[in-house]
Amino acid sequence: MAINYGSKRVVVGAHYGTRDWLAQRVTAALIALFTLIVLAKLLLTSGPIGYETWAGVFASQWMKTLTFSVLVGLFYHAWVGVRDIWMDYVKPPGIRLALHVFTIVWLVGCLGWAIQVLWRL
Amino acid sequence: MTQLNKPRPEFRNINAFTDLTTYRLPPAGWVSILHRISGILMFLLMPFIVWMFDSSLSSEISYDSFTSAFTAGLGFVPGWFVKLVALALIWAYLHHLIAGVRHLYMDATHSVTKEFGASSAYVVLALSIGLTVILGAKLFGLY
Repeated sequence: MAINYGSKRVVVGAHYGTRDWLAQRVTAALIALFTLIVLAKLLLTSGPIGYETWAGVFASQWMKTLTFSVLVGLFYHAWVGVRDIWMDYVKPPGIRLALHVFTIVWLVGCLGWAIQVLWRL
Repeated sequence: MTQLNKPRPEFRNINAFTDLTTYRLPPAGWVSILHRISGILMFLLMPFIVWMFDSSLSSEISYDSFTSAFTAGLGFVPGWFVKLVALALIWAYLHHLIAGVRHLYMDATHSVTKEFGASSAYVVLALSIGLTVILGAKLFGLY
């Protein structure tokens, strides 16, 4: 086995195991369920869908709380998926690390913005 | 194993233009690569998605700026292009969701035959493309 410590340590490995595999599937199921709930809330209202109906979907506290959890799950789901793409196609550790950092900054920024929108409703 | 595997062609130094184009992907392969493409597309367009979430939800005034983006445009981007990006996102979400349900179903039921892989892939492609066409026609005002 190649040297994997000190300055040769691989810092962008996969942490092999079932944790991310399982997390990817659990978060996927959560997002799919959330999609059905939002769709059901929209389709079960009568008349044209305007601002009132759309904002009404996220009005209740339980929906806000659920949306918050789904957003965090979506963030982790996107991180695992995009990281896997970088690990499959980008081999030089320096470029891969740079892409990992970009991915985290991009996703954390988007998550923060989405939570800000949700929190002030 | 009693029977020797038949010799397969070896590909080394794969060229993206001369070799990749000669590959014939089976339907499951198309679903797989499109799962990646749709995922990275939604990742890259995530700021636009959050902008839509923000503007459509924050207030009635911002809701108007959300709807006008699809007709009058957004900044220097014309309205038809905003619609096109929204359509790409609709396809990406539908494909990713339906292909994801196929993944979960295969994991849960251990459906790992070649036949099921192919037939379920056709179902995923038909559903995602069909729904995208229906919703796209609505988005561009064809009905």
